[in-house]
Amino acid sequence: MSQVKMKVNGREVSAATEGRTLLSSYLRDLLGLTGTHVGCDTSQCGACVVLVDGKAVKSCTAFAADLEGAEVTTVEGMANPDGSLGRIQQAFQDYHGLQCGFCTPGMVMSTAALLAENPKPSEEEVRHYLEGNICRCTGYQNIVRAVMAASGQDAGALAAE
Amino acid sequence: MHNFDFVKPSSVAEAVAALANEDALPLSGGQTLIPSMKARLNAPETLVSLTGIDELKGVCVDGGSLVIGAATTHATVAAEAASHFPGLAALAGQIGDPAVRNRGTLGGSLANNDPSACYPAAALGTGATVVTNTREIAADDYFQGMFTTALEEGEIITSVRFPIAEKSAYAKFLQPASRFALTGVFVAKYASGVRVAVTGASENGVFRWAEAEAALSQDFSADAIADLKCSPDEMISDLHGTPEYRAHLVGVMTRRAVAAAR
Repeated sequence: MSQVKMKVNGREVSAATEGRTLLSSYLRDLLGLTGTHVGCDTSQCGACVVLVDGKAVKSCTAFAADLEGAEVTTVEGMANPDGSLGRIQQAFQDYHGLQCGFCTPGMVMSTAALLAENPKPSEEEVRHYLEGNICRCTGYQNIVRAVMAASGQDAGALAAE
Repeated sequence: MHNFDFVKPSSVAEAVAALANEDALPLSGGQTLIPSMKARLNAPETLVSLTGIDELKGVCVDGGSLVIGAATTHATVAAEAASHFPGLAALAGQIGDPAVRNRGTLGGSLANNDPSACYPAAALGTGATVVTNTREIAADDYFQGMFTTALEEGEIITSVRFPIAEKSAYAKFLQPASRFALTGVFVAKYASGVRVAVTGASENGVFRWAEAEAALSQDFSADAIADLKCSPDEMISDLHGTPEYRAHLVGVMTRRAVAAAR
């Protein structure tokens, strides 16, 4: 076991890890940040996406020890300081961009990464960027609407309808 | 997965020393190795991370080649190679999905040599040189069949030199679940001739399609290979496609790549 330090949602943290401790386990089991969901644990579904140094990463497919010193943002870090929903979260609620909600943390984090790179994405760019995030409920239409709304664009009409 | 000792050296020399233990494995972006360790297909005693070695990272132009450090992520190549070598950058930008591209690396992809991976097509299709800690290997000698390469135990890819093409493009028929290439073709036009490399199709891994290269070197147009057929012998057969289907896709993807080349 060795201590691995990171900065998670702005807070300096440290936890004793094994070599095999995945970032998803570090966040959920050692820090108690269970907002990050593990869907498939095989790198396919994207429910576990978090930001590592600002970039979207599948936390089930990275070792905590390899990320010593990294700045990590999880869905818990997406709320406003007063605890109310952040802009992206609020858009997912407003446009009902979820049904069961299991994939939502990954969707929100991938959206955050997308909008950091591309503040006004087209619908096609949204769909392309979210290709690694699988939702088995919604059919994606309302997710794409939510992302368009979160970027301050018209969420009304989608080309794919 | 089985536990292991994790080490993260900061130089190639330290990494080579750590890999001297025969039960040690190198870890780059981990986008293939970590899932395979979860499935217990790999169970190293020591995992040697290559992601903390600055000399393995970066994209730079050197003469007529683009030199990319082996631990450079696909996302970085997609962004930084775009103005120098758009066909190669576009290939890197199609690998997996955004989160995979933020971790997966050039060296990891080439060392693994998955028969459906994208990067082997670029390396073979450009006649790249694979540079390791001990030697330089021509792409034509490097790929030796499915998941098999010229790399020796403990040898680390440090960079890859891609000769910059006059025109190039990669056309990929996506296997939509895995996001690997069901069949992908990289076409590159040089003063010396045209190279065509095919991934995802053959049981022997990435290969060059010599007949298409000859025809395209005479006339670099999709029409020049309109009637050319690739043999289905030794092509992959699985639930996604028969050998005949893949052989057909090789022709279609080659023509699309030629038409898209810039």
